[in-house]
Amino acid sequence: MAQILAASPSCQMTVPKHSVITSSKLWSSVVLKQKKQSTKPRHFKISALQSDNSTINRVETLLNLDTKPYTDRIIAEYIWIGGSGIDLRSKSRTLEKPVEDPSELPKWNYDGSSTGQAPGEDSEVILYPQAIFRDPFRGGNNILVICDTYTPAGEPIPTNKRAKAAEIFSNKKVIDELPWFGIEQEYTLLQPNVNWPLGWPVGAYPGPQGPYYCGVGAEKSWGRDISDAHYKACLYAGINISGTNGEVMPGQWEFQVGPSVGIEAGDHVWCARYLLERITEQAGVVLTLDPKPIDGDWNGAGCHTNYSTKSMREEGGFEVIKKAILNLSLRHKDHISAYGEGNERRLTGKHETASIDQFSWGVANRGCSIRVGRDTEKKGKGYLEDRRPASNMDPYIVTGLLAETTLLWEPSLEAEALAAQKLSLNV
Amino acid sequence: MSLLSDLVNLNLSDATEKIIAEYIWIGGSGMDIRSKARTLPGPVTDPSKLPMWNYDGSSTGQAAGDDSEVILYPQAIFKDPFRRGNNILVMCDAYTPAGDPIPTNKRYNAAKIFSHPTVAAEVPWYGIEQEYTLMQKDVNWPIGWPVGGYPGPQGPYYCGVGADKAIGRDIVDAHYKACIYAGIGISGINGEVMPGQWEFQVGPVEGISAGDQVWVARYLLERITEISGVNVSFDPKPVPGDWNGAGAHCNYSTKSMRNDGGLQVIKKAIEKLQVKHKEHIAAYGEGNERRLTGKHETADINTFSWGVANRGASVRVGRDTEKEGKGYFEDRRPASNMDPYVVTSMIAETTILG
Repeated sequence: MAQILAASPSCQMTVPKHSVITSSKLWSSVVLKQKKQSTKPRHFKISALQSDNSTINRVETLLNLDTKPYTDRIIAEYIWIGGSGIDLRSKSRTLEKPVEDPSELPKWNYDGSSTGQAPGEDSEVILYPQAIFRDPFRGGNNILVICDTYTPAGEPIPTNKRAKAAEIFSNKKVIDELPWFGIEQEYTLLQPNVNWPLGWPVGAYPGPQGPYYCGVGAEKSWGRDISDAHYKACLYAGINISGTNGEVMPGQWEFQVGPSVGIEAGDHVWCARYLLERITEQAGVVLTLDPKPIDGDWNGAGCHTNYSTKSMREEGGFEVIKKAILNLSLRHKDHISAYGEGNERRLTGKHETASIDQFSWGVANRGCSIRVGRDTEKKGKGYLEDRRPASNMDPYIVTGLLAETTLLWEPSLEAEALAAQKLSLNV
Repeated sequence: MSLLSDLVNLNLSDATEKIIAEYIWIGGSGMDIRSKARTLPGPVTDPSKLPMWNYDGSSTGQAAGDDSEVILYPQAIFKDPFRRGNNILVMCDAYTPAGDPIPTNKRYNAAKIFSHPTVAAEVPWYGIEQEYTLMQKDVNWPIGWPVGGYPGPQGPYYCGVGADKAIGRDIVDAHYKACIYAGIGISGINGEVMPGQWEFQVGPVEGISAGDQVWVARYLLERITEISGVNVSFDPKPVPGDWNGAGAHCNYSTKSMRNDGGLQVIKKAIEKLQVKHKEHIAAYGEGNERRLTGKHETADINTFSWGVANRGASVRVGRDTEKEGKGYFEDRRPASNMDPYVVTSMIAETTILG
């Protein structure tokens, strides 16, 4: 594929005048000051905070209205996953007073025929509230509620992956091992309407990868406002966000959620994804979780999952980790098929990935399926990093599978011996 | 510019007892909302303590030029989310100087029905799902749609999130808080199936109050879109073709329906509605025939049908109601431009007095 590689970073500054929110210089001023002068209809949602003929902004006052002095009522935004398995949906309702625990929240329902999850003649899908977070957009006592989806008869609908994960995480063996997850969610920001990454010249490419990973500066970092706003929004909401960084491909970012115990990992990651979609919606930028947004010599986007159990974290844990890796090697195909659509475009063996067909592991090796940190090797205990999941993976599926394969599943003795030899694991 | 902002947001309670009351009424088309403001000497919480007022009916198509005064009777008070403090919004209806309701005053008849002892004893509750479409100013095309073209087909937009799926959330969220502040029983909001289309729900509210609250909620929506430089359309089929229309589904229950054995009462009520299908349809909003086609989650306008969890029927009964043997039902026929006074009172009249 022919590429117009820019010879120098300065190439990125010359963007066509008609493209919108491209240059990083303009972009940050758009988000911070929200004073886009354009009258193009698509910008109305930014210009919604500023009107043409009147000179002051009253919608913003209403959005930030603190209703606590006037009423005990709160707004609860119920969030669920739609028919594609990756589309997030939400709607809100008023509750009479503040709520602390999901068990106090009423079940609800929605029109499943509009999300590809039910036929029109029997369209009700029931929402079961599972986790509560504070709403960083509405403030006050208002909340976000992560739900999963059931038929009226009480069966999880086919796209409900949380139900199975919850089952795995309530298994006594799993509970006793206290599984921890640290999930590194990568994502790419795209300019609206053109499906091309933020900051990239439309119809052309920026300078090759190298300067952008954790980079700083107008020609190296594009979209920091979104990443930073998201960080604080997550902390406010009560999500277990542990860090952020700029990624190798320009316009790509990462945030990490963890360590979370069991089913919480999935809930926190999905809520963090929801906050990211809301923030990019406001900023007029498109979020993509595609695992290989740009073909060629550009990194894909993954969702590396760091994992440990109680035994792995205690003395002698390294042996437990090796046994876990052995189990994982024998179920490589099962895991890969559940680790995200389109992952074959990303797991090529290049760009810090392992080839999709081969299972490998190594210490500090980013070209492997599973990486074990030098710390863990040195101390003889710690955790492992599964680098295979794609950015569009479902965290309920991945965390559940990791727990199942390493704690509830046992290979046959011969298979185990063969694999140990292949991977040179003395277990 | 900040001086203007300071003035609009001035807190008068430091300087005076006086308050501002915005009197709101419905104009000659039956769908246009009008309002003007007056100063009152002190805070008021009871509509009966408010003075009657009048306006120039010849400017709203409601009176002749040589006898133009139409009288405003205050009916309900809400807090003013724009002026805040002790300032209020007042929902009114319109009368001749002789004291008769003018022809476009639909509240009067509704109030009569709701004060009928049999109806009042049944404590009728309403939950109204008001759908509406936000349109770009000057071009009459929905917001977020490319002018002269169409967005991707319906699918991703219902309750969607993200810049390519949800357009206009600021308006909807501002409206939600404004309604809560004002004291309107707003129970929820959601993004709708067609991009640029949204819905808010008011309820459960009893009797005549349902109409008052929906009209004031519509007024707040018009004020907020006015500030945002966007038009709100209550047209039931704003874009022809494979795009959803906009309705105002009316959820309804009476005391008998909410008590044990209510499901039988509900079925009887639905039978009564079936008999009066044509009369209801005629009063359920102008242009509804463009919307009720039998497609896009509607029932065909000429046929009356009902079903459990069936969004393609005229009347839908929820699975919860069926399971518990009591609850409420949803009349899905009203268009987004229906008059809530007319629809709520007609349903009560047909099912309780019919």
